[in-house]
Amino acid sequence: MRTIRYILQKEFIQVFRNKTMLPMIFVLPLVQMLILVFAATYDLRNVDLYLVNQDQSATSRELVGKFEASPFFRIYDASFDLKDAESSFKKEEAEFVMIIPPGFERDLVREDEAKVELLINAIDGNKASLIYSYTLGILSRYNKEVIAEWKSLPEFNPPHRIEVKDSYWFNPELDYKWYMAPGILAILVTIIGMFLSGMNLVREKEIGTIEQLNVTPIKKYQFILGKLLPFLVIALFDLAFGLIIARLVFDLPIVGSLPLLFGFAALYLVGVLGLGLFISTVTETQQQVMFITFFFMMIFILMGGIFTPVESMPEWAQWLDRINPIYYFMRIMRMVVLKGSGFFDLWEEFASLTVIGTVFLGLAIWRYRKTAS
Amino acid sequence: MKTPVISVKNLVKKFGSFVANDHLTFDVYRGEIFGFLGANGAGKTTAMRILCGLSAPTSGELMVGGYDVYSQTEQIKRNIGYMSQKFSLYEDMTIAENIRFYGGIYGLSVKERKAKEEVLLSKLSLQGERDKLIASLPLGWKQKLAFSVALLHDPQIIFLDEPTGGVDPITRRQFWDFIYEASADGKTIFVTTHYMDEAEYCDRVSIMVDGRIAALDTPEKLKKQFEAADMNEVFLKLARKAKATE
Repeated sequence: MRTIRYILQKEFIQVFRNKTMLPMIFVLPLVQMLILVFAATYDLRNVDLYLVNQDQSATSRELVGKFEASPFFRIYDASFDLKDAESSFKKEEAEFVMIIPPGFERDLVREDEAKVELLINAIDGNKASLIYSYTLGILSRYNKEVIAEWKSLPEFNPPHRIEVKDSYWFNPELDYKWYMAPGILAILVTIIGMFLSGMNLVREKEIGTIEQLNVTPIKKYQFILGKLLPFLVIALFDLAFGLIIARLVFDLPIVGSLPLLFGFAALYLVGVLGLGLFISTVTETQQQVMFITFFFMMIFILMGGIFTPVESMPEWAQWLDRINPIYYFMRIMRMVVLKGSGFFDLWEEFASLTVIGTVFLGLAIWRYRKTAS
Repeated sequence: MKTPVISVKNLVKKFGSFVANDHLTFDVYRGEIFGFLGANGAGKTTAMRILCGLSAPTSGELMVGGYDVYSQTEQIKRNIGYMSQKFSLYEDMTIAENIRFYGGIYGLSVKERKAKEEVLLSKLSLQGERDKLIASLPLGWKQKLAFSVALLHDPQIIFLDEPTGGVDPITRRQFWDFIYEASADGKTIFVTTHYMDEAEYCDRVSIMVDGRIAALDTPEKLKKQFEAADMNEVFLKLARKAKATE
């Protein structure tokens, strides 16, 4: 224990004497929180709609009015000619074209049925399906109104109507910033912890001081823990700093227990820092550490469920996510911060992170060699 | 009867098909200054790293300080000091912080460490500089300091890997005064160098050529044997002989 204390003391002296370290610790979370949380939003607002209304009847105008009233759409332009719409669509100006064909009102009155054609830019599949479902929502609501108005005889035969009333739990305003902030924070502590610890160990290899440590009676586990703990503390500090920013700037509600959140964060960090240190035991230069760490981090982050829901990934990918520490931590962050989940709601995450942490830390200690072969 | 503190029999070290140490056999006695000479790439550093437990031997019997190199590396590490070619103190820490760190991981008590720190700094006349960063010191001071720090835990054997590389002749001379002093304290010094004048300061010298020990004796006897005026000539004759037989 005394030995570890001396290593910690040395690491902290070096970290705080490094001129680039303090800005990193404070600026990185600020930038990530303020830029990424605002930018990485799924909020669908003001989708540019190109309208081709070839009908020009009262009914079609009424329908257009519904779209104009919706916060999701904005009429970008209108034309009678489909070609104008198509060219605007191809130039990526309009994201969505709605064509109301001539005879829309007539068909609706005579044949009880009319067609509307939609062209949606599906490069971003997620967005396209959102546009589609919002459009469908507006159309079907309008449809019901039409049925109610024209078809039913409410005096003696009121229509059967099922009213859907939505209520969103845990994020009632559907504020994506609340959803993104905990996720971005999870990424933040990962980047800080994994890079700093891995780079630090390999730096001692580069400048040669590791040789001097290897001729001392220092134990392998003491050395690895001495390299892990300082960066775990710094990452936890950044988590606290990030949460304060999120609270002040986004009014992020922190429903759950903070000690629980930090306990889980520490457990999680043992795993990712263990992996970072393991990588640095098998590499010789900071450059190699950067590349390999980046490789793992990209996969972990993109599969971790911050940008795409894990539930919609193919089954093999979901299975792969079982060894992805970010996947668990992302869940924990969101569940504790937004839902106020307690330890027993998260026992599965706890068990998984414990296994991952033990394995990665164990690998790092095992692979660290005081004697080269 | 002199007792060997380092005993090496048939040490072989291979890196793939390259043989860096080819059946080295030698003993180093207590209190001796043992010079390990050779051209660059002759295998000096490899052999030293094996004795320090930094590298595993391919085969051979090796004892350091009475401990087996294969199975008792940790006991060996308590009893040796090592100063590598690469500078080993932390440049971004002060003199006092470096001493505290190395003293700490060798398990010195605070009182012991403080006492050693005073002796060490007064010997180097660095009392006023203890809070200076290592990076700000001239190379000669750094090396003397690194040597003193390697002695903090009172090791019985000290390994020095080209300790005087790149410093001026005066500093080199001072450095050797330190080595003599440590040797007078009963410590065994194992030093590699390629400065042939330094070879004259050693009690015994082994000269490595292409992974083998080509000669091993006191400087006087070697000069006689090779009919040479100084160690430089001895070394050149040996190196030429190796070239001729290639």
